[in-house]
Amino acid sequence: MISRAARRRLFSRFMTALTVLAAVIALAPLFAIFADLVLRGASSLNFDFFVQNPAAPGQTGGGVANAIVGTLIVVGVAAAIGLPLGIGGGVYLAEYGGGTFGVVVRFLADVLNGTPSVIVGIFAWTWIVRPMGHFSALAGSLALAVLIIPMVTRTTEEMVRLVPHSLREAALALGFPRWRTTAKIMVRAAWPGIVTGGLVAVARIAGETAPLLFTALGNLNFKTNVMQPMQTLSLQIYVFATGPFEEWHRLAWGAALVLMAIVLLMGIAARLATRTRFRDG
Amino acid sequence: MAAPDEKRSQRPRFRSAGWGDALFRSGLTAAAAVVPALFLAIVGLLAVSAWPAMRQFGFRFLWSSTWDPVAGIYGAAPMIFGTLLSSLIALIIAVPLAVGVAIYLTEFAPNWLRRPVGTLVELLAAIPSVVYGLWGIFVLIPLLRSYVIPPLQAVLGWTPFFSGTFYGNSMLAGGIILAIMILPYISSVSREVLAAVPPSQREAALALGATRWEAVWSAVLPYARSGILGAIVLGLGRALGETMAVVMVIGNRHDLSVSLVEPGYTMAAIIANEFNEAAGLQRAALFEVGLVLFGVTVAVNALARLLVWRVARDSAVGSRAI
Repeated sequence: MISRAARRRLFSRFMTALTVLAAVIALAPLFAIFADLVLRGASSLNFDFFVQNPAAPGQTGGGVANAIVGTLIVVGVAAAIGLPLGIGGGVYLAEYGGGTFGVVVRFLADVLNGTPSVIVGIFAWTWIVRPMGHFSALAGSLALAVLIIPMVTRTTEEMVRLVPHSLREAALALGFPRWRTTAKIMVRAAWPGIVTGGLVAVARIAGETAPLLFTALGNLNFKTNVMQPMQTLSLQIYVFATGPFEEWHRLAWGAALVLMAIVLLMGIAARLATRTRFRDG
Repeated sequence: MAAPDEKRSQRPRFRSAGWGDALFRSGLTAAAAVVPALFLAIVGLLAVSAWPAMRQFGFRFLWSSTWDPVAGIYGAAPMIFGTLLSSLIALIIAVPLAVGVAIYLTEFAPNWLRRPVGTLVELLAAIPSVVYGLWGIFVLIPLLRSYVIPPLQAVLGWTPFFSGTFYGNSMLAGGIILAIMILPYISSVSREVLAAVPPSQREAALALGATRWEAVWSAVLPYARSGILGAIVLGLGRALGETMAVVMVIGNRHDLSVSLVEPGYTMAAIIANEFNEAAGLQRAALFEVGLVLFGVTVAVNALARLLVWRVARDSAVGSRAI
């Protein structure tokens, strides 16, 4: 017969062990996915994979050069549009966002962050593709920009808020006008964190597919004109994975490995950009 | 006479006068105004585009289960049901795991392990949806077919939930993929909420002689309850709207069925699948599906914010992209 205290201690141990088990189970799919990506994807990677376009259906060989370049263009344009707006909005919220307007913007940014990306896809279709009359990479970039703006707005706000108030007071006391205080002191001090938030957001949209289905559409050829439909890695993976050919499946794994590598590299760059000064995160 | 002037001069005045400040501020305001403008534009364009279907079918759209492009009759019930069922499966699997991970990382894990394990769990959120779909098709479904479905059907095959033929693409496959995808969101927000619980709560319980688990269960979790609930609701919002991974593994069939081993459909999946081929009334019906989905996710996210703010007020917990 064990004592009540011992039983309680034992139960505590048991529950602790369960939480460890939860962590192990949660990490299992991560390792499984990465292992499968490397095992199945690496064998597809060769020189042709990076320099050729997809072969005709059913043929062997071919690569995803058009999709790699397309991803870089679509995501690059989206970042060029979305990052300045997001950062501007975030700085506004941190510096002037105390009023009702600030509360509304903050709340709607959170709501938009949770909006399904496929909704943004049909929104971009009605907004750009329908009036223009044809699919285009630019429409895809704008859809991705819609996704990135609220994300970057919130991270930027948080980073600027972390800058100690004393820095602002010091600048104002020295006679800096308000705008220079914000731009040269507050944003400057928060910059590494802002860059991290931006890179994380760009990494997130680099893997997006749903908003591109009805905008960038995909393309079998190598295109660099943003006014035309364009292939991206994510769209290519979708087509290859759901298609009937062995060869396509092989290429899908290769493309997925490349896409994952791009996303991870941006994630690592994001972590390197901050050795944040004001916060241990 | 001079009193009002005197009062004004007592207020501290920054050197705010000048066009620099005005210009700078209006530029930032314009950038911030993009967010509400986008929100209104999304609501407006979806509503206008969905109007033909709304006028044609009224509220019947929500509970009619016929989706027949040939006859021109559209009802979203199977998709609404499928969205709820797949999200429910995802929550049942992900919540215990995610909250368990969060408790382990904030309460029990040795310090040197917290950062790496936390980062790895959050890495799940960095995997693109389409890669989850690819993995689902070629790894998860074969795994389910060989090792999970046969014993499951042997034991529970008599219940309506596990009866029927397993073709691979199924509600269960969709639910499991969704569970893996929302886990990092729930665990990351739960972690931040748990970390926001004042240490005095824990210390008081421990000082009264509680074991470590009892301190977590009786002092920390009650304090963090609404925040963890918020994290779960946030995960639910993700699951409801997740598209690519679901469309690749759930089977895309417009039938109402409670069987988890049979194919199903979700609102996001039908938009992804049929939008480009649709025209006229079908397109309007898909817009209405989108409008319903948007409304639901807005409501769910708003609820999640309120719940999280109750615990971690004035913080951006749950707002950050992880």
